[in-house]
Amino acid sequence: MKERIGVYICHCGGNISDYVDVEELGKMFHAEDGIVIAKDVMFACADSNQKAMVNDIKEHNLDAIVVASCSPKLHLHTFKNVATRGGLNPTNYVQVNIREQCSWPHSDKPREATVKAAGLIRAGINRVSHSESLDNIEISVKKTVLVVGAGVSGMKAALDLSKLGNEVYLIEKDYFVGGRIAQYEKLFMSGQKGKDIVAALYKEIKNQTNITLFTGATVDKVSGSLGNFHVDVKVKPRFINGKADKQAVKTAMEECRVFIHDDFNFGMAKRKAIYKNYPEALPDVPVVDAEALKNETDFVSKFSAALNLNEKEEILSLIVGSVLVSTGYDSYQPAEGEYGYKTIPNVITLPEFKRLMELSPDKLIYNDKQIKKVAFIYCVGNRQKKGDNKYCSRQCCTSTIYTSLQLKEKYRDITTFHLYRDIRTYGKQEILYDQSAKQGDIYLRYDEKEPPVVGLDGKTIIVKVKDYLTAKMEMEVEADMVVLVTGMVAREDSQQISEHFKIPIGSDKFFNEIHPKLKPVETVIKGVYIGGTCQGPKNISESVQSSLSAAAKISALLKSGTVSVDPIIARVDADVCTWCGKCANVCDYTAIKEVDADGKRIALVNKAICTGCGICAPVCPVNAIEIAQYTDMEIESMIDGFMDKTEVKEKDTTAVEVVETGGVRMKEYPQIWKQILQTMEGTKKSIPQVATEISADPNVVTYHMMTMNKYSVVMADGMDEKEEYFYYKIKNQ
Amino acid sequence: MSDETFKPKILVFSTDKISDPGIDQAGLRKIHYSPSVYVISLPCSSGVKPRWILHALEKGFDGVFIAADGHECSYSSKCADHTNQIILDSQALMSEKGISPKRIRMAALCSVCAEPFANHMENFSKILVGLEDTNAQ
Repeated sequence: MKERIGVYICHCGGNISDYVDVEELGKMFHAEDGIVIAKDVMFACADSNQKAMVNDIKEHNLDAIVVASCSPKLHLHTFKNVATRGGLNPTNYVQVNIREQCSWPHSDKPREATVKAAGLIRAGINRVSHSESLDNIEISVKKTVLVVGAGVSGMKAALDLSKLGNEVYLIEKDYFVGGRIAQYEKLFMSGQKGKDIVAALYKEIKNQTNITLFTGATVDKVSGSLGNFHVDVKVKPRFINGKADKQAVKTAMEECRVFIHDDFNFGMAKRKAIYKNYPEALPDVPVVDAEALKNETDFVSKFSAALNLNEKEEILSLIVGSVLVSTGYDSYQPAEGEYGYKTIPNVITLPEFKRLMELSPDKLIYNDKQIKKVAFIYCVGNRQKKGDNKYCSRQCCTSTIYTSLQLKEKYRDITTFHLYRDIRTYGKQEILYDQSAKQGDIYLRYDEKEPPVVGLDGKTIIVKVKDYLTAKMEMEVEADMVVLVTGMVAREDSQQISEHFKIPIGSDKFFNEIHPKLKPVETVIKGVYIGGTCQGPKNISESVQSSLSAAAKISALLKSGTVSVDPIIARVDADVCTWCGKCANVCDYTAIKEVDADGKRIALVNKAICTGCGICAPVCPVNAIEIAQYTDMEIESMIDGFMDKTEVKEKDTTAVEVVETGGVRMKEYPQIWKQILQTMEGTKKSIPQVATEISADPNVVTYHMMTMNKYSVVMADGMDEKEEYFYYKIKNQ
Repeated sequence: MSDETFKPKILVFSTDKISDPGIDQAGLRKIHYSPSVYVISLPCSSGVKPRWILHALEKGFDGVFIAADGHECSYSSKCADHTNQIILDSQALMSEKGISPKRIRMAALCSVCAEPFANHMENFSKILVGLEDTNAQ
């Protein structure tokens, strides 16, 4: 039980104290038992106040502190650091949110806001008085990373990780690297070919001695946790003799006369049973479809030196410190009959159409028909109000428009119709839309309620659409080919990957990060990161950005060889636990195991794996599990604190006006504010002038001047003669 | 007749990463809701113990609201099911004590669900006022 507590209540320059009587609260708590200091401060986060808090902790031998200010999302770490600098354990600090959850939403009821703030602060005091000193959990980690998926995101991340000094295992499910971009001829906006990018990345990877690449490789089993993941990787056989002469393998491929379905080209061509996805595919070793050659005994025997149809799959056991999952996406596959797909000839998807263009060098011919008129139908399988895929796939509008530009550049006399819902060529991609419009592409806008209808009139494809740009006039578009612009969906195997690494999956079936803005590449599983489109739709540059961000995070994590993780995890009271297994059953992370403790079967929590989610705690029938910092004592004492009776007088709001506009209460301002205000007394000055006069870094002065401006302490007053800098003066002076 | 000044006290269990930022948003946008609403933030709504709910109701809170992560939970895809079970277990405990099961509610709130939060608080307050009226009669 803490008995020497310091309480700091922040005015936030008026954001709190305009509505909550902060001074009254400071006096109220000062008089209470166990509280050594209770202060109201203008800006709790100001450097000067932080220093004062550190001094208070040391001088008054405080054993815990409470700061009642803004949301913990903003300054939890600021004040934890203050506690640490003062010599306290940071877990003996509690932040109370009296701004976002009190002064602002209750600005219409100041007195009630003050009563609520009193309850919130009392709850914080109660909680901190029961707080324990907890040390972070130190875990030693191996500087080795597994990157799952060798598409452009995975390859780029592997390169960065290796250059930052990490050992990297890069595994790819396909027999060839590059993922989806190898299927695309030219890429927006640069116009580079996907295959060229893949070749350049592959060459760089081969030059890095600390990257080991496995193709035809999938994750088979995962155990362990941050720092020491044990991953079994299954490597499928290529059925090529690894020691064979390259020319012998090439000859076998040339002479092979057995043809099979070509997945790379969506079945629009056949490929040999000894194949590469495309001639320049890498690694430069073909793959044999052993099943297709099983009856070709003469052929197999002729090339026995090159082929090895008895090759077996291998299991490799890897130990890695961290994992980056960059497994990419699948394209939405329309149902049979959806806009005539598979039921009307010449209705294909955008990825299929891109392959068709690459396979057709001079004339665009499909099903023996030369294609002159193409109708693109946008948003197929995406932005569904009633379906599962409610999201927008971000890149398909631009991809389609870029394809349309390529189409007209490559073939003559092509007319394109774009049946769209909204065009989302954001950022620089808007230039492509402009080019498309200028070259005469025809845009017709439809609504999801009345989607286009693809039908046949004899052998002619007719697309009927109500154009919302021309008062819903029904148009009939005669097309030689209909291209369904299909968006991205989560990969079919994402569920398996999720089960292996315990990565949560969202309602859109893509992997979930912890927080889209603040922790966009981290998952709740310590040491497991996500990058690229396995997380959600992205274009190529966004995918690479996210995987490189994950690579930087991983590298920083593994750099020192040890990782310090939050002590907020589940713990079991061995005396109370009678092992029923309910906690282990609900734990998605297998962090709880049954163990023997002096002849008694009890639950044991793996500290490195536990995420501290707390799901195990409510299911325990004997209340033997609790989460550190969320103990029954702490939570129930908070509830008691909320209910304590508080008598508060109505706040005199006229005084607020003086505080806000009068420039008074100088003693409450940070030291640098005082210096700035003193030098500006009675005159106006620019930031460089102020910085020179008080001998401070101009960047620091800029930061403080902007904050003072925000809180109406100073205001801009014209520009200097050269119109380089604004002048500032003290407000209301 | 209900006491016109009766303002139900509501305890909200929110979640650090999803619903609590949503509640912060309401403040940031100065969307008003009852000052009798108090919030405790936890890592995950599936970690609320029924005994805490009972403690709050016995200590004088009129209702408990769980602002759950629903399908957006970053810890578990089964979060909504787990939280729902907590509600059921709590209601069983509440019945034993003669407390109306209507005094507990749950809804999924996202990190920008400012208005929905304020609406939930308003609707829940009306229900709790209604329960008070029934008790008075």
